[in-house]
Amino acid sequence: MNLSMKWLNDYVPVEGMAPRAYCEGMTMSGSKVEGYEIEGAEIRNVVVGQVTAMERHPDSDHLWVCQVNLGDESVQIITGAQNVHTGDYVPVAKHKSVLPGGHKIVKGKLRGLESCGMLCSLGELGLTAHDFPYAIEDGIFILGEDCDRTLGKDIQSAIGLDDTKVEFEITSNRPDCFSMLGLARETSATFSLPLKLHTPVVKGSGGDVHDYLKVDVLNGELCPRYMARVAKNIKIQPSPRWMRERLRACGVRPINNIVDITNFVMLEYGQPMHAFDLKYVGGAHIIVRNARPGEKITTLDGVERALSPEMLVIADENAPTAIAGVMGGEYSEIQPDTHTIVFESACFLGSSVRTTAKKVGLRTEASGRYEKGLDPNTCYAAVERACELVELLGAGEVVDGAIDVYPTPRLPREIPFEPEWTNRFLGIQLTEAEMVSMLERLDIPVRDGKVIAPTYRPDLESKADIAEEVARMYGYDKIPTTALVGLAEGTVTPRQKFDRKIDRTLLGLGMNEIATYTFISPKLYDKILMPAESPLRNSVKILNPLGEDTSIMRTTALPSMLQALSTNYNNRNPEAALYEVAVEFLPTLPDQLPQEKPSIVLGAYGGGWDFYALKGRVEVLLRQLGVSGCEYVPCRDNPSYHPGRCAALVAEGRTVGMLGEVHPTVCANFDLGTKVYAAQLDADLLYQLHSTDKKYVPLPKFPASTRDLAVICDEELPVAAIEKVIRAHVGKILEKIQLFDVYRGAQVPEGKKSVAYSLILRAADRTLTVEECDKAMNAALAGLAEIGAEIRK
Amino acid sequence: MKAALEAIRETAHQQLQAARDLKELEDLRVKFLGKKGELTAILKQMGSLSPEERPVVGQLANQIRESLEQELAARTQALKAAQLEEKLRAEAIDVTMPGSAPAPGHRHPLSLVLDEIKEIFLGMGFDVVEGPEVETDYYNFEALNLPKDHPARDTQDTFYITDNILLRTQTSPMQIRTMEQRKPPLRIIAPGRVYRSDAVDATHSPVFHQIEGLVVDRGITMADLKGCLEAIVKRLYGEEAVVRFRPHHFPFTEPSAEVDIQCFGCHGEGCRLCKGEGWIEILGCGMVHPKVLSICGIDPEEYSGFAFGIGLERLVMGRYAIDDLRLFYENDLRFLSQF
Repeated sequence: MNLSMKWLNDYVPVEGMAPRAYCEGMTMSGSKVEGYEIEGAEIRNVVVGQVTAMERHPDSDHLWVCQVNLGDESVQIITGAQNVHTGDYVPVAKHKSVLPGGHKIVKGKLRGLESCGMLCSLGELGLTAHDFPYAIEDGIFILGEDCDRTLGKDIQSAIGLDDTKVEFEITSNRPDCFSMLGLARETSATFSLPLKLHTPVVKGSGGDVHDYLKVDVLNGELCPRYMARVAKNIKIQPSPRWMRERLRACGVRPINNIVDITNFVMLEYGQPMHAFDLKYVGGAHIIVRNARPGEKITTLDGVERALSPEMLVIADENAPTAIAGVMGGEYSEIQPDTHTIVFESACFLGSSVRTTAKKVGLRTEASGRYEKGLDPNTCYAAVERACELVELLGAGEVVDGAIDVYPTPRLPREIPFEPEWTNRFLGIQLTEAEMVSMLERLDIPVRDGKVIAPTYRPDLESKADIAEEVARMYGYDKIPTTALVGLAEGTVTPRQKFDRKIDRTLLGLGMNEIATYTFISPKLYDKILMPAESPLRNSVKILNPLGEDTSIMRTTALPSMLQALSTNYNNRNPEAALYEVAVEFLPTLPDQLPQEKPSIVLGAYGGGWDFYALKGRVEVLLRQLGVSGCEYVPCRDNPSYHPGRCAALVAEGRTVGMLGEVHPTVCANFDLGTKVYAAQLDADLLYQLHSTDKKYVPLPKFPASTRDLAVICDEELPVAAIEKVIRAHVGKILEKIQLFDVYRGAQVPEGKKSVAYSLILRAADRTLTVEECDKAMNAALAGLAEIGAEIRK
Repeated sequence: MKAALEAIRETAHQQLQAARDLKELEDLRVKFLGKKGELTAILKQMGSLSPEERPVVGQLANQIRESLEQELAARTQALKAAQLEEKLRAEAIDVTMPGSAPAPGHRHPLSLVLDEIKEIFLGMGFDVVEGPEVETDYYNFEALNLPKDHPARDTQDTFYITDNILLRTQTSPMQIRTMEQRKPPLRIIAPGRVYRSDAVDATHSPVFHQIEGLVVDRGITMADLKGCLEAIVKRLYGEEAVVRFRPHHFPFTEPSAEVDIQCFGCHGEGCRLCKGEGWIEILGCGMVHPKVLSICGIDPEEYSGFAFGIGLERLVMGRYAIDDLRLFYENDLRFLSQF
């Protein structure tokens, strides 16, 4: 909402108040100011002048040499405009003047003759023909009688380009503040200044409105009140300057007297008004009803719009003439030849207007006001004001009487007045009288222990709302600050500790944390080669996404990681090691919330990374988290990964993660021209598996025996299988087993490998004998032979 | 014999002094002091001396042995010291060369600041709770006093999954979830991602983070709200930060406020950073609306509370002077490794 300070001054004496102080005060009392602008502030040294003589430039067939009287001096100015005549009053940009946009004007010579400035057009002053309808846009602005034509006067005050516009952010709970009167009331309360209200008076010209028009409201729920008055002998013409400049300051373009009156009243009272040409109201009968299936209307903006039955329309006996509360129809629009008009001042249900406006895709000044819930009691004053203005502007004659369909008048709400509770709630100490006076400043009376909330204040419902009025009038800044008492320290849950450990460990391992979008493009599933039949393709879909790229909630965070790696790779970062604890969204039942699953995702390229670098980090992470008993099972069928370089992390028969070299095709799909390693771990499952219990094992009292063992086996045999056999056969006395060499080459047949282990054998209760150790080693060798691993001789 | 002893002393002394390494010293020890050494050889001939001479020569021999042993020890120590010195000299390195250690990774700047915020709140007795990002209309709007056709819904452009399921537009649903699950006294913060249908640019993102806060207890006042939030703002922005509370509207708090801090750039005069306002808005807050308490089964006559919501991105951008929100989600290491 833009406010004109000039207009405001009609209701509250704010003249002379510094705009900055005004804005600060209003913001602190609850009407947030977004900014202010002083009209014509950029203009310097432009004054009113009168052309006293003019002759053609001797060296030009289109330039004029004008002598211009500026009051205390006379100057020569050369102009190329052809609409200037001797005796005209004109805006003169003098030597060293400034025009909007920072354009500087200095004297100079035009084809040999001196020109001491410039005569200005509307555009050069930042105006249009809407502001001065009698002026032309492609010539000099010839000042009319509505301007102060005192020679030498600053142009801003001469033509009324000197208002201050204040832009307010009005919150949705204060529809009343979308009006000059609402903001005037707030201004008066904020600065304790008197509020001067005006009651419209319509003289009338006889006749009876009921002879002109009939109104039926068929849906009283969506239209609690409908008022109409009629004015005849309308003369469409421009409205006066004071009205035009008030509209301009509020950001509304002046059109003609009738349209301007409806806009003026809307800005003044916050009540949208509509004017119909009566001759286009079929049967002189206005019917407020729901639209019929298939009905259409061409709105004022010339667009044909389809209507649906939940929408409320203003219709005549034939067809809709307006979408209620949203926009009028082109058919009944005010025309230059309009003779008799109907002013509509109605109240429509906010939620209905909101839904309709959304559906037809039209948000107007009117709908924006209606949808916040307007007060039906304002309709009367507004329509009276419009008629008063018709008379004041000499725009026509107002027919006596008003049509008013208002079956259930809205009454003020009464709220218990509880000063003690208010003090306790706010932590302040005001007397009852102080509170009453604050409320009365806001025009909110207190009677018999009750606050009487005006009907234009739908936000006042309970004592907490009254407390807010008191608080903002008192000043939020004056409310003391107190410290919370009790409760020493918040608690960190075991899961939160676990999550912290994930971050700390991965950071310690050199992984950098990233943050990715949780919504992705479904195409990314193709890019990671997810099979068409994979259940993970079933994603939670966004009905109204910004675009396909962000249209579904990911079921796997792998593509997000690959995108981040790709960004780094293509920004020529030589290496990257990234991680994210990323949420994945798995659909459950229709109309139920999805499962939100945190997944630890690791990804890296460059910097000497290989599968084992990745696996090592996963191992350290699991150890730090207290997760034991995980097996790395070769996984050949995950299409996102290299089939020979991928392992599933399995614990207690469940797959808790996947790690490996990313499939080269997938890398190519993400524009990654290098080897990429990635792991995905299910954080919830790891949490279930983890244990923070630790128990001390006494230090050994007896010496250990160390034995080495080397076998030759098929290349394909995983070392984990060898280790498993050794553990099984050596049994309890195996304290530690360590792989120290895997060798292929000379002395090892083609397709085979040599695998060497170092074993530490020890018993807790005795020194092992050589025989015991030999026996154990022989058992291990026998077992190994069964899986095709022969001792290396 | 005496002369022979003196000769040994002299020869041994000279040779010990001339020895250049430990091996030579050891050889000399064997040569002169060993079981088959020269001194021992002389002593073996003591039998041929007269009883008068024997103690004299014996004493002399012992003196010589002692002095040679001492000299040998001293020389050994000196040579060892020299050897060590030589070794250390040879091992000297260029200590100005760069160090080597596995470099730890970088925490995302959003997490860095969030961690700090969590610590502050934990210290003030708040628990940290988390909740779903895909949320029901009920928790995100309805229970927060925002019924279906409420105009304030328009200020939060919402991504919908179905008519009743959406991506949460605020962390405020955690107020409701918490009040349903726990009984007062309550002190929680609920950080998390929220979603709004805003196209991406330098200051807008369809995904961003909020930190919701909620305090409910008997006798909580607006003065408590001011005290608590002012303390937090000063912890985050420094003791010198100037804070103001100004009235605002949220459907689920009453009274409601927005909190501004005075612009660092211009100290309230108005500059480009604060768009000429002199103040930068950092959070929204208010006293929990009695309706909301009732919806959650908490008697508003007995309990009161306050709630607040802090935008994390703006806080982090201010902290590190980051001018483009997109950097947070691009994950370029040249950006991430600065934190």
